[in-house]
Amino acid sequence: MSRYDVVIVGAGVTGCAIARELARGQRNIAVLEKNADICEGTSKANSGIVHAGYDAKEGTLKAKLNVRGNEMMEELSKKLDFPFRRNGSLVLCFNEEDLPKLEVLKDRGEKNGVKDIQILSPEKVWEMEPNITHDLAGALFAPTGGIVCPFVMTEAFAENAAVNGVEFYFEKKVTSIEKSHEGFKVICGDEIFEAKAVINAAGVYADEIHNMVSDKKIKIVPRRGQYNLLDKKCGDFVDKTIFQLPSKLGKGILVTPTVHGNLLVGPTAEDLDDKSDTETTAEGMSKVFKEAALSTPDINKKMVITSFSGLRAHLDDASGKSDFNIGELSEAPGFFDVAGIESPGLSAAPAIGKFVADMVNRSFPVPNKTGFVETRVGIPNMANAGDDEREALIRRNPQFANVICRCEFVTEGEIVEAINRPVGAKTLDGIKRRTRAGMGRCQSGFCQPKVLEILERELGTDRGNICKAGKDSKILEGYTKEDSL
Amino acid sequence: MKNVDILIIGGGPAGLAAGLSAKRNGIGNVLILERDKCLGGILNQCIHNGFGLHTFKEELTGPEYADRYVTMVRDEKVPFMLSTMVCDIAVDDDGDKIVTAMNKDEGMLKIKAKAVILAMGCRERPRGALSIPGTRPAGIFSAGTAQYYVNMEGRMPGKKIVILGSGDIGLIMARRLKLEGAEVLCVAEIRPQSGGLKRNIVQCLEDFDIPLYLNTTVTKVHGKDRVSGVTLSKVDENMNPIEGTERFVECDTLLLSCGLIPENELTTAAGAQIDPKTGGPVVDGMLQCSIPGLFACGNVLHVHELVDHVSAEAEKAGAFAADYVKGR
Amino acid sequence: MIFVADKNTEKTVERDVELTCIRCPKGCALRVHVNPDNTATVTGNSCPKGEEYGRTEVLNPMRTVTSSVRIAGTVNGVVSVKTKGDIPKGKIFECMDALKGVRAEAPVRIGDVMVKNVAGTGIDVVATSNYE
Repeated sequence: MSRYDVVIVGAGVTGCAIARELARGQRNIAVLEKNADICEGTSKANSGIVHAGYDAKEGTLKAKLNVRGNEMMEELSKKLDFPFRRNGSLVLCFNEEDLPKLEVLKDRGEKNGVKDIQILSPEKVWEMEPNITHDLAGALFAPTGGIVCPFVMTEAFAENAAVNGVEFYFEKKVTSIEKSHEGFKVICGDEIFEAKAVINAAGVYADEIHNMVSDKKIKIVPRRGQYNLLDKKCGDFVDKTIFQLPSKLGKGILVTPTVHGNLLVGPTAEDLDDKSDTETTAEGMSKVFKEAALSTPDINKKMVITSFSGLRAHLDDASGKSDFNIGELSEAPGFFDVAGIESPGLSAAPAIGKFVADMVNRSFPVPNKTGFVETRVGIPNMANAGDDEREALIRRNPQFANVICRCEFVTEGEIVEAINRPVGAKTLDGIKRRTRAGMGRCQSGFCQPKVLEILERELGTDRGNICKAGKDSKILEGYTKEDSL
Repeated sequence: MKNVDILIIGGGPAGLAAGLSAKRNGIGNVLILERDKCLGGILNQCIHNGFGLHTFKEELTGPEYADRYVTMVRDEKVPFMLSTMVCDIAVDDDGDKIVTAMNKDEGMLKIKAKAVILAMGCRERPRGALSIPGTRPAGIFSAGTAQYYVNMEGRMPGKKIVILGSGDIGLIMARRLKLEGAEVLCVAEIRPQSGGLKRNIVQCLEDFDIPLYLNTTVTKVHGKDRVSGVTLSKVDENMNPIEGTERFVECDTLLLSCGLIPENELTTAAGAQIDPKTGGPVVDGMLQCSIPGLFACGNVLHVHELVDHVSAEAEKAGAFAADYVKGR
Repeated sequence: MIFVADKNTEKTVERDVELTCIRCPKGCALRVHVNPDNTATVTGNSCPKGEEYGRTEVLNPMRTVTSSVRIAGTVNGVVSVKTKGDIPKGKIFECMDALKGVRAEAPVRIGDVMVKNVAGTGIDVVATSNYE
């Protein structure tokens, strides 16, 4: 049995952000993740948007934490070295009669504390974004909206947490939780983690974790969103994140550049029963384009390099409040829910980290650690480096001259770093998220064997054991001629 | 800065033939840059036979064909650099090309060249461009990647295989996987006829009783961690799936062989005009791009059916580039 | 479908077979007439190789087999190989079986014999690439 002060269930962006904040105090922390890597659930398949904060109703946690998270993002992105750009966002209104809805949004945004939002005439919008439809009545412009790399952001939180002493456990699926003398016994099959406090950051599975300790059952509905990612050739098709007036199911189909220069369109919003159903469908993919064409009619479908889908953790709440569910359970003191973290969860993550840490500190006060490491330096990026910087990196480590992924210009040096860092990559997908190797237009056609070879060498295993993601996703299946070695 | 008369980007069949030809046409100061550890390019993994009937009047395997050229390059002392990646091609005020490259020993290097021959070859069309619905598990490979694993590493990508696309690489991989011990369930082709050579249909599919389903495509990928099957559907004359024709095929691997596209990132970045039909640069009768002194040959120009044709074209490009250098 | 003469009865049914020549990528459409004396007349070919192919393909189909063999003492090292000449089509899988478990000692040069007289065909399997 391992003993910790705090056990966090889930290594998505929320769990990792909380882990980092809690690591400021003198306490032992473990993060338990059922998958083989961080960032394997909702955090890996979303829009990568830092919302301005005008969507959520005033007074809700969503509103408060979104606006606060947005404010924290810039400084944090510098401290933790993750890609973030404040590109601004537009909410398009296609009909005159809907214009009052823009006013409502603006009003709500102002009440939520969103700065500098304004309503623009169609002419102003076209000046800003020439590819936007001419069937336009007006738009809400929020200059504070931004885009972020959700993978590297999660990685940054996790790495920095690990540097500050947090221990990560992978392929640890929580099977039950028992109250104990010390607090809780978090049971993962035949392994037990005892903790004074448990934080439930289990994403779409947060209901299952919650229901292990509480009779007041909650239900999370996985709400699927399908996306199409387009080639970098059309990365400058729009500069701002283009939304449409929201509906009940979400913020509608958006068209946005990504921080890495691709164009992203999506998501659909489909409520499902299966929490692992990340299939894409022909209907979904065509719906995304059909609706995106309302905003930007000239969007080029042929430039799709991949499609994917993610599940938002939507809290099925009878009150219809539809807010984040964050708090210590009165029926299980020491157990903290961080549930229903759907959009704007990514934007709010830094603020959620702080908010939850404050809550835990109130119930379990500890002195601050001395020597907390506040900053992190990311993996060098050869693609964006100038010639001098490239030269310096190659002098430091010649592996930086060996280009592995041609599409994204990722070198052996970067991949080796991704493996050997704290909370390093062990899978092909892990490498892809940390370095972008395989993220480009050939989607790992060329580089996969080479990445496998590097993983084999650095992890000291045979390439036959390397997986795409989980342990049942091995890439290779034995030898030619049914030979054995 | 290194100075050369002709710089050749790529040490595959096109680059090797172009380099040899430039040298044979009187330009000694040439240099071939190859990003891989060895010369020969994709031929090294094409271990099947059928190469060289035109060039050498005998049937060779890919590595043998490559070796013939590599031997000539070595014998005739055509300079080359391995493991060297070209990052950028720029043109200076005098019309000279400034090529930025990098490798482990020299770091970033700049090479000034009077003429540059593009010989970067082509690459496979990825799955994304096809947008197959379903999951994204392990077990989906481009045919070329599977070919690398099998022929270069002796590893199998799977045991029960469905191949989408009946281009030559798909057909050749159908036979290869069958020979090496896998079960190849079928090749599905969305078009009404195969894109591959007739001989490959005969010797890769018919010889091994592997069915070829025409007007058929994969409409869904199944499996959470590893591919567990695919749904095949018939398509109408507009290549749209026909409802009601779906059938599930259990398999652990899906190979995609959906054609090849010229690899022209460098060409585009250099500012050369691209032909939207071929995907390669626009060239004149001298195989010269819209930028004077920039030549192109082989699959970077357009995808060739035979390596013999690549060699022949590259030989011309080498000669034209030599003429250009002499004329300046 | 391709019919092969039944060698036991030594009697051949006179017939026509249509084939695609695989000798080169041109893929000529051949018509092979099999005579009662177990000889064949080929039409539709554009070169002598096609004629020869048409005849053998009907009377006794032959193929070159290519594959790879492992390098002794390595995990991922392989060298590509081929049958030095054509072998009977029916012997392809026997040939593959013979390659299983073969370990080549590095260095290997193109043309080095990996398996002698594979599957009793009289044909050797030789390396088609170099391995240092």
